[in-house]
Amino acid sequence: MILHPTVIANLLASLTVSGMILYSAYYGLQIVRHWDLSSGSELQLTLERRTYLISTILSYVFGLELLSLFLYVFTADSLCPLFVGAMCAAGTLNVNGFGYPALLLKMFDFFLAGLWLILNHADNQAWDYPLIRKKYLLLVVIAPFIVGEMVLQCAYFLKMKANVITSCCGSLFSSERVEGLGSEIAALSPQTMLWMFYVSVAVTIVAGIHFYLRQRGGYLFSALAIITFFVSIVAIISVISLYIYELPTHHCPFCVLQKEYHYVGYLLYLALFGALVSGGGVSALIPFRTIESLRTVIPALVRKLALASVVLYSLFTATVTYRIAVSHLIM
Amino acid sequence: MREWIEKQKYIIDFTLSSLLRRKAKNIGLLALYTLIVFILASVMFFTHAIKKEASLILDQSPEMIVQKLVAGRQDLVPLRFVETVRGIRGVQAVRGRLWGYYFDPRFGANYTLLVPPPTAQTGAAGNGSRRVMVEGEPDRNAEGSAGPLFDLGADEIGVGSVVIGSGVARVREAGTGELMLFRAYDGEILPFRIKKILPSSSQLVSSDLILIDEADFKRLFGIADGLVTDLAVTVRNPTELSTIASKITRRLPDARPIIRDEILRTYDSIFNWRGGMMIVILSSAVLAFVIFAWDKASGLSAGERREIGILKAIGWESSDIILMKFWDGAVVSLTAFLSGVILAYGHVFFTDSVVFEPALKGWSTLYPRFKLIPFVSAEQVTTLFFLTVVPYSVATIVPAWRAATIDPDSAMRYTGE
Repeated sequence: MILHPTVIANLLASLTVSGMILYSAYYGLQIVRHWDLSSGSELQLTLERRTYLISTILSYVFGLELLSLFLYVFTADSLCPLFVGAMCAAGTLNVNGFGYPALLLKMFDFFLAGLWLILNHADNQAWDYPLIRKKYLLLVVIAPFIVGEMVLQCAYFLKMKANVITSCCGSLFSSERVEGLGSEIAALSPQTMLWMFYVSVAVTIVAGIHFYLRQRGGYLFSALAIITFFVSIVAIISVISLYIYELPTHHCPFCVLQKEYHYVGYLLYLALFGALVSGGGVSALIPFRTIESLRTVIPALVRKLALASVVLYSLFTATVTYRIAVSHLIM
Repeated sequence: MREWIEKQKYIIDFTLSSLLRRKAKNIGLLALYTLIVFILASVMFFTHAIKKEASLILDQSPEMIVQKLVAGRQDLVPLRFVETVRGIRGVQAVRGRLWGYYFDPRFGANYTLLVPPPTAQTGAAGNGSRRVMVEGEPDRNAEGSAGPLFDLGADEIGVGSVVIGSGVARVREAGTGELMLFRAYDGEILPFRIKKILPSSSQLVSSDLILIDEADFKRLFGIADGLVTDLAVTVRNPTELSTIASKITRRLPDARPIIRDEILRTYDSIFNWRGGMMIVILSSAVLAFVIFAWDKASGLSAGERREIGILKAIGWESSDIILMKFWDGAVVSLTAFLSGVILAYGHVFFTDSVVFEPALKGWSTLYPRFKLIPFVSAEQVTTLFFLTVVPYSVATIVPAWRAATIDPDSAMRYTGE
C-alpha cells in the first residue's frame, strides 16, 4: 500500500459511503416489508420519519460518489511518478487488475444513485408515496454495488506496490497494440467516429426536443441518451482526444483532466454524466405516469429532465466542436 | 428555479442569525474544526512543497550515476569503468566525480566536499558538464530558466584553497581569506585558504558545500590516482536509460547504475509516506473531533428544541429543518475549512512551518535556510476536504435528522416552560 494522503482520503470516502448505504439499505428493507400508509402504528410512523433520513443520506452519497469519482482519477494521476512506465492515470489504473473495474463500477454507482434521487424526488411530490417500495427496492439493489466498489477500491490501493512496470497511456490506448478494449476503441477510424458522434448527438437532441414539445417517444429518447453517452466516451478516446492533445497518437481519456488542457475534461465529463443521468431518469419515471397521484407531477418532471439532458449534450458538443475548431491538428 | 433560490436564501439567513444567537457554543466548535483543518493542511502543504523542491533540484543532477559495489558496499570506481561505459551506444558523456563528506568535530557539522571537474579534460562532454553550475530553479522566476548562480571551474580554485558554501561560513563564522584547517586521513593537519563564499541564493544545494582541488581532495582522504567516487553518465535519448543501465550491469557486473527517476521516485515515496504517516497519527484527532461534533449536534439545548418545535408548529416541514441543518453545517464547515487552509498556508510558506519542520524535513547542523515555493493544488484541497468536511458532515446527518423529526408538542413540552 502507498501511504499517500489522497489514497487515505479515497479509502475514507469509500468506507463512509458504503457504511451509509448499508445503514440506509437496512432500513430500506424494513420499509419494503412493513410499509403500510393506511396504518397508524408506531412502526409506520418511525418508518415515515426514516424516509427523511434515508433521502438525506442518499443525497450525500450521490454527491460523494461524484466527487470521489474525480478524486479517484486525480489520485491515479498524481501517483503515476511512482510507477515505471506510467505517465498518467491510464498507466496507474493498470498497476493491478482492480483499477479499471473500480472505476467502471464507480461510474455505474453514480448513475444508479442519480436515478434513485430522481425517483425519490418524484415520489416526494405525491401525497401518498406511490413509489416507496420500488425506490427502496432499488436502494437494496444499489447497496451491493457500492459495497463492491469499496472492496475493489480497497483492493486496488492496498495491492499497489510502487515501481511495478505498467503500460503507460501511450501503449494502452495506442492503435499499434491489437489486444484489449482500449486499443480497439483507439483503432476506430477517427473520421467515422466523428460522424457517428455528431449523428448520434443530433438524433438525441432532436428526439429530446420532440419529446419536450409533444411528450411522445420518451423511451426512444432515453435509450438514445444512454447510447449517445457510450458513443461519446468512445469518441473521446478515438478522436476528440486527438484534437485536444493535437497529437495523432495520443488517445488517453484521462489527460484531458490535466492543467495542460485547461481542465476541459471536467466540463466534458460533468456534462456527459449529467446528460446520462437526466436522460436515463426519463425512462425510469415514464412507467409511473399513470399513477393517480403522480399524473401531474411526472409529465412536468420528465420534460425538465429531457430538457436538462438536451442542454447538457449541447454543451458537451459545443465544447468539443470548439476544441476541434481551434485545434492545430489537421486530419 | 428562482423560487428555489429564494427559499435557500431565506433559510441561510435564518440559519446565520440562529448561529449567531448561540455564539459561545459555535465558536468552540469552529475553533476546534479550524485547528483540525489547519494541522492536516500544514502537513499536506509542507510535504508537497518539499517534494516539489526535491524534484526541482534533482532536475539538475545527472541522468544516471554509476557506482561500484564491493561486498555489497559502495567503493571507489576505477577509471577503466569510464571507457567501458563510454563504449555503450547511446551514451553521450561519462565523467568521473570526486566527492565525499567530511565531519568537523568542533562544530558537529558534516561538510560535502566536491572537486569541480577540470576545465580541459572533459571538453568532449558537451556543454554544462565542464564546470560546476547551480542553476536558478526555473519555476521561481517568470523568465523561465535563470542563469547559473555560481559557476566555477577547477582551475579557479587552485591547490591550497577552497570555496565554501554560505552555511559553512555561517557555522564557522569564517570569511574570505581566512584559513580553514582539515585533518587528513593520516592525522596530518592541512590548512586551506578560503578563496570565496558561494552566494546564499543557492543555499538549498550549496549550504554545506566545499569546493576543493583534486590534488587536495586526494591528499585529504588518501585516495590513489585512477580512482573516482562515482561516474555521472549523460544519455542522448532518455527513453534508452533503462536499456543502457542493463547493458552497464552486464558489462560491469560489480557496477550499480542509478537512474535519476529512481531517486525522484524514492524521494516521492519517502515524503508521501511521511505525510501519510502524520495523517494516520492525526486521524485519531480527527476521530475525536468527529465524536465531539456528533455530540454537539445531538445534544440539543432546551432553547434549540423549543425553536425547532415552534418552527414545526408554524408549518415548517421536517425536510425544511434538515435543509436548515444542512446550511448550518455548510456555513460552519466552509468557515472552518477556509480559515484553516489560509492559516496553514501562512504557517507553511511564511513562518517556515515552525510546528512540523523537525518531523517532516529531517535535521542537520548545516541545514539550509530556505523558503518553500508556495504551491497549492486542487488535488490537495480536495483531499483535505475529504479528510475533514466529509467526516464532519456524515457525523451530523443523523443528529440533524433526529432534531428535525421531533414532534412539535413534545419539543415544546420538554422545555417545561
